[in-house]
Amino acid sequence: MPNFIDRRLNPKDKSLGNRRRFLKRAKEELKQVIKERVKSGRIADLDAQHSVPMPDQDTSEPSFQHSRGTGQREHVLPGNREFSPGDRIPKPGSGGSANEGGAGTGGSDDDFQFVLSREEVLDLFFEDLELPDMVKLSLKEAVTFKPRRAGFATTGSPTNINVGRTMRNSYGRRIALRRPKTAEMEALTHEIAALEAAPNQDAVRDRLEALRQELDALERRRRRIAYVDPVDIRFNRFEPQPLPNANAVMFCLMDVSSSMGEREKDLAKRFFVLLHLFLKRRYERIDIVFIRHTHEAGEVDEETFFYSTQSGGTVVSTALEEMRRIIQARYPSQEWNIYAAQASDGDNIAGDSERCASLLHGELMQLCQYYAYVEIIDERETEIFGATDNGTSLWRAYRTVEDKWPNFQMTRIARPSDIYPVFRKLFARQPTMQMSR
Amino acid sequence: MAKSASKLLFESSDWNFDKISRAYDAIEEIAVEDLHLDTYPNQLEIISSEQMLDAYSSIGMPLMYQHWSFGKRFVFEEHLYRKGHRGLAYELVINSNPCITYLMEENTMAIQALVTAHAAFGHNHFFKNNYLFRQWTDAGAILSYMDFAKKYVARCEERYGLPAVEAILDSAHALMEQGVFRYRRPPRLSSEKERERARERLEYEEQTYSDLWRTLPKSGGEGGADAADEASERRRKLNLPEENLLYFLEKTSIVLEPWQRELLRIVRVVAQYFYPQRQTKVMNEGCATFVHYTIMNKLFDQGRISEGAMLEILQSHSNVVFQPAFDDPRYPGLNPYALGFALMQDIQRICTEPTAEDRDWFPDIAGNGDWRDTLLDAWANHRDESFILQYLSPALMRKFRLFLLADKASNSYLEVASIHNERGYENVRAALARSYDVSANQPNIQVVDVDLLGDRHLRLQHNVKNGILLDESTRDATLRHVRHLWGYDVSLIGVDAKTGATLYECSTAATDG
Repeated sequence: MPNFIDRRLNPKDKSLGNRRRFLKRAKEELKQVIKERVKSGRIADLDAQHSVPMPDQDTSEPSFQHSRGTGQREHVLPGNREFSPGDRIPKPGSGGSANEGGAGTGGSDDDFQFVLSREEVLDLFFEDLELPDMVKLSLKEAVTFKPRRAGFATTGSPTNINVGRTMRNSYGRRIALRRPKTAEMEALTHEIAALEAAPNQDAVRDRLEALRQELDALERRRRRIAYVDPVDIRFNRFEPQPLPNANAVMFCLMDVSSSMGEREKDLAKRFFVLLHLFLKRRYERIDIVFIRHTHEAGEVDEETFFYSTQSGGTVVSTALEEMRRIIQARYPSQEWNIYAAQASDGDNIAGDSERCASLLHGELMQLCQYYAYVEIIDERETEIFGATDNGTSLWRAYRTVEDKWPNFQMTRIARPSDIYPVFRKLFARQPTMQMSR
Repeated sequence: MAKSASKLLFESSDWNFDKISRAYDAIEEIAVEDLHLDTYPNQLEIISSEQMLDAYSSIGMPLMYQHWSFGKRFVFEEHLYRKGHRGLAYELVINSNPCITYLMEENTMAIQALVTAHAAFGHNHFFKNNYLFRQWTDAGAILSYMDFAKKYVARCEERYGLPAVEAILDSAHALMEQGVFRYRRPPRLSSEKERERARERLEYEEQTYSDLWRTLPKSGGEGGADAADEASERRRKLNLPEENLLYFLEKTSIVLEPWQRELLRIVRVVAQYFYPQRQTKVMNEGCATFVHYTIMNKLFDQGRISEGAMLEILQSHSNVVFQPAFDDPRYPGLNPYALGFALMQDIQRICTEPTAEDRDWFPDIAGNGDWRDTLLDAWANHRDESFILQYLSPALMRKFRLFLLADKASNSYLEVASIHNERGYENVRAALARSYDVSANQPNIQVVDVDLLGDRHLRLQHNVKNGILLDESTRDATLRHVRHLWGYDVSLIGVDAKTGATLYECSTAATDG
């Protein structure tokens, strides 16, 4: 009789620690892969599992190995049919048919892919953007919107009455106020009945009278002190978890004139992805509307938005007008939370910037929950502009909007790590909003 | 029906502990009484497929310290498994006392019985009796050692930080193949005994001290001879040349902290523990396959396994011992199960029904009739290389149609050197045996010299056999790992083992610029 051990119920993921170490090791390479994915994929696709190729740069495991192409070797092979000693066989291409000890995990498979979980993907994505940990956590968190039991309440609907708690309160009160017990009353009644049946004597009559008065008093007391009083009643209390108020729509506005190059579009895309992640966490349903503009604006699909170029001048206000038109047509603001993100290199035709500002002042900012504007600039320009108010006419015009509307954010970005500050306010506001609902 | 059912060990394909236990007892009876196997006590553990993957990635140990390379291996194995490129093994067995065998929960009852016979008796007997395992591994202590190792590494990570521990382990892993003693037993002297010896030597020198020697004039005065003397003396003191690089670094490196030395030691112990398994792959699998085949057939003959179950067992068995020919697209190399099993069966045949040829080749065992003892003796006293050299018969070479290819790097063709005929048997057999000599197939790299009081430049020598050099990119990367552990410059010199000519030289000083 052997010794049996059933290990099937042992904790799983024994090698999770090893996996984490491995991913950390391969971080740079995986980050690059995720970056490519962001560039080539759709905005909403990031927030999922991804299968990625096996990294090989930082995870090589070198050891002293014989090199293939040197020296003399011998191979013993099975299955000879036609060879006799002295026959010559041309060498098979690269490698060779008989490489001893070739089995291993040297990562020789080029097309080898493995799956990163959603959390791991997001970690890698956030890495570049230098998000604070708090934000990372709240973005990754999967919120469930269920009513949750949270103690007891004195008010509520009858279906939520907590019987146990209610009866306990009632019992305590009955003891404290000395509500006569049923047994006590019955004993008295019996005694009275017994005396009534007994022969009629004075002593008995007095006793009977006293007993009757006592019973009467008890009866009255019993009636005054209710068995279950409204003050006893307790209800199960449910914490109303914040339910996402239905739907959000995210407007992506981008200048696609020829001045927006590959790098600018890549940065803009990450900016959009981050906003989308944020919205996805808070709203059940998100529509994304892509509006691109040159000197005229139009709604396009994601593919066209990021990858096709259009020649023409730059009139930013056309995009805003298009956005207003779409909101009026499809997204009434009482049903939709409207978020807008605009990316541009700051170019605008003379005189149009003021028009943009007035459009925003006039109606759009009242409709929008949040409006973020990023101006994508060259890394060299960061030094020149810094935090000054100088800049393109669009920048200056938007400054006035920012001053007036707290839900308008704007910044200049040159690097991925510059993106987060635009959203800082959005994320900072988050915890308090959840609490207050 | 009732009568036959009572004899059967199991009927349906679902397993439960009761059935496995019954099958185990029946198997044990045959293993012990018929085959005279001698095993460690068994511990059968049921695991899920995911746990099997876990076990794979930690090189088959139930306990292993944490390192990213195991994570990489897991990801790799998982990929192969999920894509269906590779099925999981039905079992995994650990050379420990008690001997732990993992059974997969997905197995059918027939497979569980097969696996029990294969691992819990075949492998188990081999582990307990083969001389390599007896000499080099301590089955009783390995699990508690791994437990210690795991905790020690975790403690180091806590104390010195993950990157520091990882750096040492990376370097140690790179030298794992050079971290075993191939040609001698590990030194067993305890430090106390060693001190005792040093004291005795000193006493002896004091007793025999004579002041007169001092007054003698120094012989000669040639500095060259002196320097050479000094060098050989210093090599002697360090026990050089030393084949076990990890051992040398652990004991001699000046820059390592005590905990870093302990980490090297852990890696070295693990490497040494697995070294016998690598040297006996064919024999070990051959032994286990032969044992399960014999036992299962016997159970079937006794009517204790149904025909259906036996068919399933035979199908699984023939999958395991399948050997495609070299030009088959499925050819992965010589299948150790197939070769090992064939060798064992062949020995059985030679003992019981020898041909004239066998009597020529194996005069000592042919027709002795006692195949059980012959096999037990072979299993106990050989490793793959010596086993094949000793027992591979011409009949088997013909059956496998083995042929020998000579492969010279400078030629654009391979030449058929020998085939399975009268003139070729010896050559083919010797070459096949050589290909299973692990130490001959790994680069032979030794520490040859270091001047601890001088520049501390560590000199390694690669004894080049048959002109096979090292792959340069991995060589340089590995040398950098050696340098990391040694702390000073390291150079590697390739010397032809036959002629003594220097073939190449490289150094971390040069590669680092």
